[in-house]
Amino acid sequence: MFKGGALKNIIGFIRQNFTFLSFLILQIVSLVMLSSYNKTYETFFGGWSNQVTGNINKNYNAWSYFFNLKNTNAQLIAENTALRNQLGQNFVAIDSSKKLGTLVLRKDSLEKIRKFFYYPAKVVGNTFTLQKNYITIERGSLQGVKKDMAAISPEGSIVGVVVEVNDNYSKIMSLLHRNSKVSAMLKRDKIAGSIEWDGEDPSVLVLKNISKSAAPKIGDSVLTSPYSSNFPAQLMIGKVTSVIKDPSTNYLTLNVKSTTNFYNLEYIYLVENRRMADQQNVEKNEPKNE
Amino acid sequence: MNNLIKNTARFVLFLAIQIIILNEVPPLHQFITPYLYFIFLLWLPFGTKRITLTLLGFITGYTLDLFMNTPGLHAAACTLLGYFRPTILNLLLAQELSEEVNREPSIGSMGWGPYAFYTFSLTFLHHFYLVLLEWLQFGNFGYFLGKVIGTSLVSILLIFIVELAMNRRKIKR
Repeated sequence: MFKGGALKNIIGFIRQNFTFLSFLILQIVSLVMLSSYNKTYETFFGGWSNQVTGNINKNYNAWSYFFNLKNTNAQLIAENTALRNQLGQNFVAIDSSKKLGTLVLRKDSLEKIRKFFYYPAKVVGNTFTLQKNYITIERGSLQGVKKDMAAISPEGSIVGVVVEVNDNYSKIMSLLHRNSKVSAMLKRDKIAGSIEWDGEDPSVLVLKNISKSAAPKIGDSVLTSPYSSNFPAQLMIGKVTSVIKDPSTNYLTLNVKSTTNFYNLEYIYLVENRRMADQQNVEKNEPKNE
Repeated sequence: MNNLIKNTARFVLFLAIQIIILNEVPPLHQFITPYLYFIFLLWLPFGTKRITLTLLGFITGYTLDLFMNTPGLHAAACTLLGYFRPTILNLLLAQELSEEVNREPSIGSMGWGPYAFYTFSLTFLHHFYLVLLEWLQFGNFGYFLGKVIGTSLVSILLIFIVELAMNRRKIKR
Protein backbone atom coordinates (compact mmCIF):
# COMPACT_ATOMS: atom_id res chain seq x y z
CA MET A 1 0.00 0.00 0.00
CA PHE A 2 2.77 2.43 0.95
CA LYS A 3 5.40 3.33 -1.55
CA GLY A 4 8.85 2.20 -0.45
CA GLY A 5 9.95 5.76 0.26
CA ALA A 6 6.95 6.65 2.41
CA LEU A 7 7.30 3.57 4.58
CA LYS A 8 10.98 4.28 5.01
CA ASN A 9 10.13 7.81 6.10
CA ILE A 10 7.65 6.59 8.68
CA ILE A 11 10.07 4.07 10.12
CA GLY A 12 12.78 6.72 10.12
CA PHE A 13 10.48 9.13 11.96
CA ILE A 14 9.68 6.51 14.60
CA ARG A 15 13.35 5.67 15.09
CA GLN A 16 14.34 9.30 15.34
CA ASN A 17 11.67 10.14 17.88
CA PHE A 18 11.58 6.80 19.65
CA THR A 19 12.27 8.30 23.10
CA PHE A 20 9.65 11.01 22.76
CA LEU A 21 7.06 8.57 21.39
CA SER A 22 7.58 6.12 24.24
CA PHE A 23 7.28 9.05 26.66
CA LEU A 24 3.96 9.97 25.07
CA ILE A 25 2.73 6.37 25.17
CA LEU A 26 3.61 5.97 28.85
CA GLN A 27 1.86 9.26 29.64
CA ILE A 28 -1.25 8.15 27.81
CA VAL A 29 -1.20 4.75 29.55
CA SER A 30 -0.95 6.49 32.95
CA LEU A 31 -3.73 8.96 32.22
CA VAL A 32 -6.04 6.27 30.88
CA MET A 33 -5.45 4.19 34.00
CA LEU A 34 -6.11 7.22 36.17
CA SER A 35 -9.33 8.21 34.46
CA SER A 36 -10.80 4.74 34.14
CA TYR A 37 -9.74 3.53 37.57
CA ASN A 38 -13.13 2.56 38.88
CA LYS A 39 -14.14 0.47 35.88
CA THR A 40 -11.21 -1.31 34.27
CA TYR A 41 -8.53 -1.23 36.94
CA GLU A 42 -10.58 -3.28 39.32
CA THR A 43 -11.15 -6.08 36.86
CA PHE A 44 -7.74 -6.21 35.15
CA PHE A 45 -5.18 -5.45 37.83
CA GLY A 46 -7.18 -5.22 41.02
CA GLY A 47 -7.11 -8.92 41.81
CA TRP A 48 -3.45 -9.81 41.72
CA SER A 49 -1.93 -6.48 42.64
CA ASN A 50 -4.12 -6.32 45.72
CA GLN A 51 -2.89 -9.76 46.78
CA VAL A 52 0.74 -8.67 46.39
CA THR A 53 0.52 -5.27 48.04
CA GLY A 54 -1.84 -6.70 50.65
CA ASN A 55 0.81 -9.25 51.63
CA ILE A 56 3.55 -6.62 51.91
CA ASN A 57 1.28 -4.34 53.91
CA LYS A 58 0.46 -7.26 56.17
CA ASN A 59 4.12 -7.94 56.94
CA TYR A 60 4.78 -4.30 57.68
CA ASN A 61 1.64 -4.17 59.76
CA ALA A 62 2.96 -6.95 62.00
CA TRP A 63 5.57 -4.42 63.16
CA SER A 64 3.38 -1.40 63.63
CA TYR A 65 0.85 -3.65 65.35
CA PHE A 66 3.36 -4.40 68.09
CA PHE A 67 4.00 -0.72 68.80
CA ASN A 68 0.29 0.01 68.98
CA LEU A 69 -0.53 -2.74 71.46
CA LYS A 70 -1.06 -0.23 74.26
CA ASN A 71 -3.68 1.66 72.29
CA THR A 72 -5.35 -1.53 71.15
CA ASN A 73 -5.57 -2.74 74.73
CA ALA A 74 -7.21 0.46 75.87
CA GLN A 75 -9.76 0.16 73.09
CA LEU A 76 -10.47 -3.47 73.95
CA ILE A 77 -11.03 -2.64 77.62
CA ALA A 78 -13.43 0.14 76.76
CA GLU A 79 -15.27 -2.17 74.41
CA ASN A 80 -15.43 -5.02 76.91
CA THR A 81 -16.98 -2.67 79.42
CA ALA A 82 -19.57 -1.60 76.90
CA LEU A 83 -20.38 -5.22 76.06
CA ARG A 84 -20.56 -6.24 79.71
CA ASN A 85 -23.16 -3.56 80.19
CA GLN A 86 -25.33 -5.28 77.63
CA LEU A 87 -25.20 -8.74 79.24
CA GLY A 88 -28.49 -10.45 79.89
CA GLN A 89 -27.80 -10.82 83.57
CA ASN A 90 -27.84 -7.05 83.91
CA PHE A 91 -31.57 -7.03 83.30
CA VAL A 92 -34.10 -8.29 85.73
CA ALA A 93 -37.29 -8.75 83.83
CA ILE A 94 -38.78 -7.87 80.50
CA ASP A 95 -40.12 -4.39 80.69
CA SER A 96 -42.83 -3.94 78.13
CA SER A 97 -42.63 -0.15 78.30
CA LYS A 98 -38.96 -0.15 77.37
CA LYS A 99 -37.84 0.96 73.94
CA LEU A 100 -36.72 -1.80 71.59
CA GLY A 101 -33.02 -2.25 70.96
CA THR A 102 -31.92 -0.70 67.73
CA LEU A 103 -30.09 -3.80 66.56
CA VAL A 104 -33.09 -6.04 66.77
CA LEU A 105 -36.29 -6.10 64.76
CA ARG A 106 -39.31 -7.59 66.47
CA LYS A 107 -41.44 -10.12 64.69
CA ASP A 108 -43.64 -11.14 67.57
CA SER A 109 -43.27 -10.48 71.26
CA LEU A 110 -41.23 -13.60 71.98
CA GLU A 111 -39.13 -14.19 68.91
CA LYS A 112 -36.51 -11.80 67.65
CA ILE A 113 -34.85 -11.62 64.27
CA ARG A 114 -31.35 -10.41 63.84
CA LYS A 115 -30.95 -7.65 61.28
CA PHE A 116 -27.32 -6.67 61.71
CA PHE A 117 -24.33 -9.00 61.91
CA TYR A 118 -20.89 -7.82 63.03
CA TYR A 119 -17.56 -9.17 61.78
CA PRO A 120 -14.16 -8.06 63.09
CA ALA A 121 -11.41 -7.26 60.58
CA LYS A 122 -7.79 -6.22 60.87
CA VAL A 123 -6.64 -3.09 59.03
CA VAL A 124 -3.53 -3.74 56.92
CA GLY A 125 -3.41 -0.57 54.83
CA ASN A 126 -4.72 2.92 55.33
CA THR A 127 -4.22 6.30 53.64
CA PHE A 128 -5.49 9.69 54.74
CA THR A 129 -3.32 12.19 52.85
CA LEU A 130 -4.90 11.85 49.41
CA GLN A 131 -8.12 13.10 47.90
CA LYS A 132 -9.41 9.55 47.54
CA ASN A 133 -8.51 7.51 50.58
CA TYR A 134 -9.02 3.78 50.97
CA ILE A 135 -8.53 1.32 53.82
CA THR A 136 -7.39 -2.25 53.12
CA ILE A 137 -8.49 -4.99 55.52
CA GLU A 138 -7.54 -8.61 55.86
CA ARG A 139 -10.92 -10.24 55.43
CA GLY A 140 -12.43 -11.14 52.10
CA SER A 141 -15.25 -12.95 50.39
CA LEU A 142 -14.09 -16.30 51.80
CA GLN A 143 -14.71 -14.88 55.26
CA GLY A 144 -18.12 -13.45 54.43
CA VAL A 145 -17.35 -9.90 53.28
CA LYS A 146 -19.66 -8.49 50.63
CA LYS A 147 -19.68 -5.27 48.68
CA ASP A 148 -21.51 -2.32 50.33
CA MET A 149 -21.06 -3.59 53.87
CA ALA A 150 -20.54 -0.80 56.40
CA ALA A 151 -17.35 -0.38 58.43
CA ILE A 152 -17.32 1.05 61.94
CA SER A 153 -14.50 1.67 64.40
CA PRO A 154 -14.25 -0.15 67.78
CA GLU A 155 -15.57 2.99 69.48
CA GLY A 156 -18.73 2.69 67.39
CA SER A 157 -18.17 5.62 65.05
CA ILE A 158 -18.41 5.07 61.31
CA VAL A 159 -15.38 4.54 59.03
CA GLY A 160 -16.56 3.78 55.49
CA VAL A 161 -18.13 1.35 53.05
CA VAL A 162 -16.67 -1.79 51.40
CA VAL A 163 -16.10 -1.15 47.69
CA GLU A 164 -13.92 -4.02 46.51
CA VAL A 165 -13.62 -7.62 47.69
CA ASN A 166 -11.35 -10.48 46.71
CA ASP A 167 -10.68 -13.85 48.38
CA ASN A 168 -8.80 -12.67 51.47
CA TYR A 169 -8.65 -8.88 51.33
CA SER A 170 -11.17 -6.12 50.89
CA LYS A 171 -10.96 -2.42 50.24
CA ILE A 172 -13.02 0.15 52.09
CA MET A 173 -13.80 3.59 50.74
CA SER A 174 -12.95 5.72 53.74
CA LEU A 175 -15.18 8.62 54.78
CA LEU A 176 -12.16 10.66 53.67
CA HIS A 177 -12.96 10.16 49.98
CA ARG A 178 -14.29 12.82 47.63
CA ASN A 179 -17.07 10.50 46.46
CA SER A 180 -18.08 9.21 49.87
CA LYS A 181 -21.63 9.98 50.93
CA VAL A 182 -23.45 8.69 54.01
CA SER A 183 -26.92 9.58 55.22
CA ALA A 184 -26.66 11.37 58.58
CA MET A 185 -28.82 13.33 61.00
CA LEU A 186 -28.55 15.81 63.83
CA LYS A 187 -29.19 14.14 67.16
CA ARG A 188 -31.01 17.19 68.54
CA ASP A 189 -33.92 17.40 66.11
CA LYS A 190 -33.49 14.29 63.91
CA ILE A 191 -33.16 16.33 60.72
CA ALA A 192 -31.35 14.33 58.04
CA GLY A 193 -28.67 15.38 55.58
CA SER A 194 -25.68 13.72 54.02
CA ILE A 195 -22.14 13.55 55.35
CA GLU A 196 -19.38 14.13 52.82
CA TRP A 197 -15.74 15.22 52.72
CA ASP A 198 -14.34 18.29 50.95
CA GLY A 199 -10.80 16.92 50.65
CA GLU A 200 -9.29 19.49 52.97
CA ASP A 201 -8.76 18.54 56.60
CA PRO A 202 -8.81 14.77 57.36
CA SER A 203 -10.37 15.39 60.77
CA VAL A 204 -13.24 17.57 59.52
CA LEU A 205 -16.24 16.22 57.58
CA VAL A 206 -19.02 18.25 55.98
CA LEU A 207 -22.72 17.72 56.68
CA LYS A 208 -24.72 19.00 53.71
CA ASN A 209 -28.40 19.53 52.85
CA ILE A 210 -29.61 20.26 56.37
CA SER A 211 -32.89 22.13 56.17
CA LYS A 212 -32.80 25.71 57.46
CA SER A 213 -35.57 24.88 59.91
CA ALA A 214 -32.99 23.04 61.98
CA ALA A 215 -31.27 25.09 64.64
CA PRO A 216 -27.92 23.33 65.04
CA LYS A 217 -25.62 24.51 67.81
CA ILE A 218 -21.88 24.09 68.00
CA GLY A 219 -21.12 20.84 69.78
CA ASP A 220 -24.27 19.03 68.64
CA SER A 221 -23.80 15.32 67.89
CA VAL A 222 -24.22 14.01 64.36
CA LEU A 223 -25.43 10.39 64.04
CA THR A 224 -26.16 8.03 61.17
CA SER A 225 -29.76 8.36 60.04
CA PRO A 226 -32.31 5.56 59.92
CA TYR A 227 -32.53 6.01 56.12
CA SER A 228 -29.13 4.50 55.38
CA SER A 229 -29.31 0.98 53.95
CA ASN A 230 -25.87 -0.17 55.09
CA PHE A 231 -25.29 1.63 58.40
CA PRO A 232 -27.34 0.90 61.52
CA ALA A 233 -29.06 4.05 62.76
CA GLN A 234 -27.73 6.22 65.58
CA LEU A 235 -24.03 5.49 65.22
CA MET A 236 -21.77 8.38 66.16
CA ILE A 237 -20.20 10.40 63.34
CA GLY A 238 -18.94 13.55 65.01
CA LYS A 239 -19.67 16.89 66.60
CA VAL A 240 -20.63 20.14 64.87
CA THR A 241 -17.80 22.70 64.90
CA SER A 242 -19.23 25.46 62.74
CA VAL A 243 -22.32 26.35 60.74
CA ILE A 244 -22.05 27.87 57.26
CA LYS A 245 -25.11 29.82 56.15
CA ASP A 246 -25.52 30.26 52.44
CA PRO A 247 -28.33 32.76 51.68
CA SER A 248 -28.71 31.46 48.11
CA THR A 249 -30.03 28.04 49.15
CA ASN A 250 -32.54 26.65 51.58
CA TYR A 251 -29.97 24.39 53.16
CA LEU A 252 -27.27 24.72 55.78
CA THR A 253 -23.78 23.26 55.55
CA LEU A 254 -22.13 22.18 58.79
CA ASN A 255 -18.51 21.37 59.54
CA VAL A 256 -18.28 18.26 61.68
CA LYS A 257 -15.27 17.13 63.69
CA SER A 258 -15.03 13.41 63.05
CA THR A 259 -15.10 11.09 66.08
CA THR A 260 -13.22 8.35 64.25
CA ASN A 261 -9.47 8.71 64.48
CA PHE A 262 -8.42 7.74 60.95
CA TYR A 263 -4.71 7.97 61.76
CA ASN A 264 -4.41 4.90 63.97
CA LEU A 265 -7.03 2.40 62.87
CA GLU A 266 -6.01 -1.11 63.95
CA TYR A 267 -9.24 -3.06 63.95
CA ILE A 268 -12.62 -2.29 62.53
CA TYR A 269 -15.99 -4.01 62.51
CA LEU A 270 -17.90 -4.77 59.36
CA VAL A 271 -21.67 -4.58 59.63
CA GLU A 272 -23.85 -6.71 57.44
CA ASN A 273 -27.45 -5.71 57.01
CA ARG A 274 -29.37 -8.89 56.20
CA ARG A 275 -32.14 -6.83 54.68
CA MET A 276 -30.06 -4.43 52.63
CA ALA A 277 -30.89 -6.01 49.27
CA ASP A 278 -34.61 -5.86 50.07
CA GLN A 279 -34.41 -2.20 51.06
CA GLN A 280 -32.38 -1.23 48.01
CA ASN A 281 -34.77 -3.09 45.71
CA VAL A 282 -37.84 -1.38 47.00
CA GLU A 283 -36.12 2.01 46.83
CA LYS A 284 -34.97 1.40 43.27
CA ASN A 285 -38.25 0.23 41.77
CA GLU A 286 -40.56 2.81 40.27
CA PRO A 287 -44.20 2.25 41.18
CA LYS A 288 -46.06 1.11 38.08
CA ASN A 289 -49.16 3.26 38.34
CA GLU A 290 -47.27 6.53 38.55
CA MET B 1 27.22 -4.07 37.88
CA ASN B 2 28.08 -2.20 41.02
CA ASN B 3 25.91 0.66 39.76
CA LEU B 4 23.00 -1.69 39.15
CA ILE B 5 23.09 -3.14 42.69
CA LYS B 6 23.45 0.30 44.27
CA ASN B 7 20.54 1.75 42.36
CA THR B 8 18.28 -1.26 42.94
CA ALA B 9 18.98 -0.92 46.66
CA ARG B 10 18.08 2.78 46.48
CA PHE B 11 14.88 2.04 44.58
CA VAL B 12 13.74 -0.37 47.32
CA LEU B 13 14.99 1.83 50.16
CA PHE B 14 13.32 5.06 49.08
CA LEU B 15 10.04 3.40 48.11
CA ALA B 16 10.05 1.66 51.50
CA ILE B 17 10.66 4.98 53.28
CA GLN B 18 7.84 6.55 51.30
CA ILE B 19 5.35 3.73 51.91
CA ILE B 20 6.23 2.78 55.47
CA ILE B 21 7.06 6.14 57.01
CA LEU B 22 6.04 9.17 54.96
CA ASN B 23 2.62 7.83 53.93
CA GLU B 24 1.82 7.05 57.55
CA VAL B 25 2.67 10.47 59.00
CA PRO B 26 -0.48 12.34 60.00
CA PRO B 27 -0.68 15.41 57.73
CA LEU B 28 0.46 18.69 59.30
CA HIS B 29 -1.71 20.69 56.94
CA GLN B 30 -3.90 20.00 53.93
CA PHE B 31 -1.24 21.50 51.62
CA ILE B 32 1.61 19.35 52.85
CA THR B 33 2.20 15.77 51.74
CA PRO B 34 5.82 14.68 52.09
CA TYR B 35 7.17 12.96 48.96
CA LEU B 36 10.72 11.63 48.77
CA TYR B 37 10.58 8.49 46.63
CA PHE B 38 11.50 10.26 43.35
CA ILE B 39 14.99 11.05 44.73
CA PHE B 40 15.86 7.64 43.24
CA LEU B 41 15.41 9.17 39.77
CA LEU B 42 17.37 12.28 40.70
CA TRP B 43 20.36 10.22 41.82
CA LEU B 44 20.73 7.97 38.76
CA PRO B 45 24.14 8.39 37.03
CA PHE B 46 24.69 11.31 34.63
CA GLY B 47 25.01 9.12 31.57
CA THR B 48 21.65 7.33 31.94
CA LYS B 49 19.79 7.49 28.64
CA ARG B 50 16.57 9.43 28.32
CA ILE B 51 14.59 6.36 27.29
CA THR B 52 15.86 4.42 30.34
CA LEU B 53 14.95 7.33 32.61
CA THR B 54 11.45 7.56 31.18
CA LEU B 55 10.85 3.84 31.63
CA LEU B 56 12.33 3.78 35.14
CA GLY B 57 10.18 6.77 36.01
CA PHE B 58 7.07 4.91 34.93
CA ILE B 59 8.07 1.81 36.91
CA THR B 60 8.88 3.79 40.07
CA GLY B 61 5.64 5.75 39.92
CA TYR B 62 3.51 2.74 39.14
CA THR B 63 4.99 0.72 42.02
CA LEU B 64 4.05 3.50 44.43
CA ASP B 65 0.61 3.73 42.83
CA LEU B 66 -0.05 0.07 43.59
CA PHE B 67 0.46 0.80 47.26
CA MET B 68 -1.52 4.03 47.31
CA ASN B 69 -4.49 2.91 45.19
CA THR B 70 -3.96 5.72 42.68
CA PRO B 71 -3.12 3.86 39.46
CA GLY B 72 -1.44 6.19 36.98
CA LEU B 73 -1.14 9.31 39.14
CA HIS B 74 2.46 9.00 40.32
CA ALA B 75 3.38 7.02 37.19
CA ALA B 76 2.46 10.00 35.01
CA ALA B 77 4.37 12.48 37.16
CA CYS B 78 7.52 10.32 37.35
CA THR B 79 7.51 9.61 33.60
CA LEU B 80 7.51 13.38 33.05
CA LEU B 81 10.35 13.84 35.55
CA GLY B 82 12.41 11.10 33.89
CA TYR B 83 11.87 12.55 30.45
CA PHE B 84 12.90 16.08 31.36
CA ARG B 85 15.85 15.20 33.60
CA PRO B 86 18.42 15.16 30.73
CA THR B 87 17.08 18.51 29.47
CA ILE B 88 17.77 20.18 32.82
CA LEU B 89 21.15 18.44 33.19
CA ASN B 90 22.27 19.53 29.70
CA LEU B 91 21.51 23.13 30.64
CA LEU B 92 23.75 22.91 33.69
CA LEU B 93 26.66 20.68 32.76
CA ALA B 94 29.52 20.40 30.34
CA GLN B 95 29.27 17.75 27.63
CA GLU B 96 31.87 15.36 29.16
CA LEU B 97 30.26 15.30 32.60
CA SER B 98 26.75 14.70 31.32
CA GLU B 99 27.91 11.53 29.58
CA GLU B 100 29.79 10.17 32.60
CA VAL B 101 28.28 6.81 33.65
CA ASN B 102 30.09 6.33 36.94
CA ARG B 103 29.22 9.65 38.56
CA GLU B 104 25.86 10.89 39.65
CA PRO B 105 24.25 14.25 40.49
CA SER B 106 25.23 15.42 43.97
CA ILE B 107 26.52 18.54 45.70
CA GLY B 108 30.04 17.16 45.36
CA SER B 109 29.94 16.52 41.63
CA MET B 110 27.92 19.58 40.57
CA GLY B 111 28.43 22.22 43.23
CA TRP B 112 25.79 23.79 45.46
CA GLY B 113 24.25 26.19 42.94
CA PRO B 114 23.64 23.87 39.99
CA TYR B 115 22.57 20.99 42.24
CA ALA B 116 20.04 23.21 44.02
CA PHE B 117 18.66 24.41 40.67
CA TYR B 118 18.49 20.83 39.41
CA THR B 119 16.58 19.60 42.48
CA PHE B 120 14.29 22.63 42.69
CA SER B 121 13.22 22.55 39.08
CA LEU B 122 12.61 18.80 38.85
CA THR B 123 10.83 18.61 42.23
CA PHE B 124 8.63 21.51 41.23
CA LEU B 125 7.89 19.95 37.83
CA HIS B 126 6.98 16.63 39.44
CA HIS B 127 4.69 18.14 42.06
CA PHE B 128 3.15 20.61 39.63
CA TYR B 129 2.05 17.80 37.34
CA LEU B 130 1.02 15.50 40.21
CA VAL B 131 -1.18 18.11 41.88
CA LEU B 132 -2.48 19.30 38.50
CA LEU B 133 -3.80 15.80 37.79
CA GLU B 134 -5.37 15.66 41.24
CA TRP B 135 -6.84 19.12 40.76
CA LEU B 136 -8.34 18.30 37.37
CA GLN B 137 -10.42 15.65 39.07
CA PHE B 138 -11.78 17.96 41.76
CA GLY B 139 -11.02 21.57 40.87
CA ASN B 140 -10.17 24.18 43.47
CA PHE B 141 -7.49 26.62 42.34
CA GLY B 142 -6.43 27.87 45.77
CA TYR B 143 -5.92 24.28 46.85
CA PHE B 144 -3.89 23.60 43.71
CA LEU B 145 -1.45 26.50 44.15
CA GLY B 146 -1.06 26.02 47.89
CA LYS B 147 -0.45 22.32 47.58
CA VAL B 148 2.14 22.65 44.77
CA ILE B 149 4.14 25.16 46.79
CA GLY B 150 3.74 23.52 50.22
CA THR B 151 4.50 20.01 49.02
CA SER B 152 7.46 21.13 46.87
CA LEU B 153 9.07 22.96 49.78
CA VAL B 154 8.72 19.98 52.11
CA SER B 155 10.15 17.61 49.48
CA ILE B 156 13.14 19.88 48.79
CA LEU B 157 13.80 20.11 52.51
CA LEU B 158 13.67 16.30 52.78
CA ILE B 159 15.98 15.85 49.79
CA PHE B 160 18.61 18.15 51.28
CA ILE B 161 18.35 16.46 54.68
CA VAL B 162 18.92 13.07 53.01
CA GLU B 163 21.72 14.58 50.92
CA LEU B 164 23.53 15.87 54.01
CA ALA B 165 22.80 12.79 56.11
CA MET B 166 24.14 10.32 53.53
CA ASN B 167 27.15 12.57 52.83
CA ARG B 168 27.75 11.39 49.28
CA ARG B 169 30.52 13.98 48.86
CA LYS B 170 33.13 11.52 50.13
CA ILE B 171 32.44 8.95 47.45
CA LYS B 172 32.45 11.34 44.53
CA ARG B 173 35.38 9.60 42.86
